[in-house]
Amino acid sequence: MSVLLIAEHNNKELKPFTLNASTAASQIDSDVHAVIIGHNCDEAAKALSELPLIKKVIQVEAAHYENFVAENFAPIIVKLAENYSHIVSSANTFGKNLMPRIAAALDTSQISDIIKVIAPDTFLRPIYAGNAFATVKSKDAKKCVTIRPTSFDPCESSGGSAPIEKADPGEEFAKTKFIKREEVKSDRPELGTARVVVSGGRGMQSGDNFKLITSLADKLNAAIGASRAAVDAGYISNDHQVGQTGKVVVPDLYIAVGISGAIQHLAGMKESKVIVAINKDGEAPIFSVADYGLEADLFEAVPQFLEELNKLNTIQK
Amino acid sequence: MKILVAVKRVIDYNVQIRVKEDNTGVVTDNVKMSTNPPDDNAIEEAVKIKEAGKATEVVAVSIGEEKAQETVRKALAVGADRGILVKTDGIIEPLAVSKLLQKIVEKEKPDLVFMGKQAIDDDCNQTGQMLSALLNWPQATFASKIEIKDGKLEVTREIDEGLETIEINVPAIVTCDLRLNEPRYASLPNIMKAKKKPIEQLNASDLGVDITPRIEQIKVEEPPKRKAGIKVSSVAELVQKLKNEAKVI
Repeated sequence: MSVLLIAEHNNKELKPFTLNASTAASQIDSDVHAVIIGHNCDEAAKALSELPLIKKVIQVEAAHYENFVAENFAPIIVKLAENYSHIVSSANTFGKNLMPRIAAALDTSQISDIIKVIAPDTFLRPIYAGNAFATVKSKDAKKCVTIRPTSFDPCESSGGSAPIEKADPGEEFAKTKFIKREEVKSDRPELGTARVVVSGGRGMQSGDNFKLITSLADKLNAAIGASRAAVDAGYISNDHQVGQTGKVVVPDLYIAVGISGAIQHLAGMKESKVIVAINKDGEAPIFSVADYGLEADLFEAVPQFLEELNKLNTIQK
Repeated sequence: MKILVAVKRVIDYNVQIRVKEDNTGVVTDNVKMSTNPPDDNAIEEAVKIKEAGKATEVVAVSIGEEKAQETVRKALAVGADRGILVKTDGIIEPLAVSKLLQKIVEKEKPDLVFMGKQAIDDDCNQTGQMLSALLNWPQATFASKIEIKDGKLEVTREIDEGLETIEINVPAIVTCDLRLNEPRYASLPNIMKAKKKPIEQLNASDLGVDITPRIEQIKVEEPPKRKAGIKVSSVAELVQKLKNEAKVI
């Protein structure tokens, strides 16, 4: 038995969730190899080889791998899969897009978004937006598993020195063409891994009012989240959405401002260690998961919050 | 151009999910069922493309128990031309669904297949990608914008980092995000008209696909409950609690 981890990267660096996925892979079996597919991705391949959990790195290079098109990636991994019992990746948009294409080609029933490895063939996964947990056992010979990154700790990122083997690239899938990627660059912590997240909802009433969320996030060195309602209304871009169909976050502190707390939003944040809710509707469902609830008008409470924070001598970073 | 849209019948998104006492699943008896929300976006987009004169026919297909007919009927009420119901019993996994859809695609020969990016019951997010793999077609997942240009599709995809745009040749699979469009409501006259539209009924066994589950569901449990929190009366109290009690700031 051995596990093939699909590394996520941007050709220069590993994406942070590759470390969480490595941890999950190592809990299935200690013999973890990692495949990195990209273009001019030597630096990222080297970083991968330094993860102590990884026993071998397989690097596949070609110009048509530069933009991570699933149609190009899948055949390579299907070919490599011969030698492995498990194929593992993160259940983020990278892994969600790619893994089912591999699983179908291998005639394997994929297990998505696991939060715990119970045995090499048995996993725990949330269903119905996290309102139920299912224990599932795969009967397939080869298992394709995506893991919820926030449910596994990141592994050590240095100290290893796995050998890097090159494998031949496959042909380009000519019917899909990458055009562009619009990434929102920010100096803030990443939403998926931030220690503190401040989120705004429909109660913000406008994109302009999101400045209040930004100020609070600046003060707390936090990432900015949002409910689907706020993204749909155009207050903020989609990469901030927390919830069943957005991102799942598990920060030490989650501050929900003007968010009512639909079950679809709770699905993305209710595992946070400490939850604060600020909402003027005392009956809002968000209060049912909040450790500290403040029933107040956010337009008064948030500026006061900033003032109180200013009075503190230190704020944890 | 012909568009096939796959729709799934799921527990309505507003229903509070309850786990069965014997831990075999969740309670579905006497629970409101609806179309999987992003599947509504998939139907809406297909109907809009037809209304713009760029498609000639929209066919809605559902795979599931007899009652999934209601889901197909709803798609017909918002503008699909005809329906197909593939009847199955019990749990059916995305791999089996994609194999059944493959058979329907081979028969119907659509140029595009649309469906929601994820079903809100099993939260698998697999079927569209699996179908693309089986057909060796391009896939555009998590679509928030679709433009038809010279027989090709330019699709904007919502990804963790922001937005990505790809161009795909037809035939292709598109899985739809909730932000793709605003699904319309069915008007009463259209609901009446939909009753006269044809729904072809097939049994999964007629299609020669092995749909035996490969995953054993050992148990379904309630997730751990959070312990009840408190209400604070002022911002000052909140900050004091976060600093001295929770020790997170």
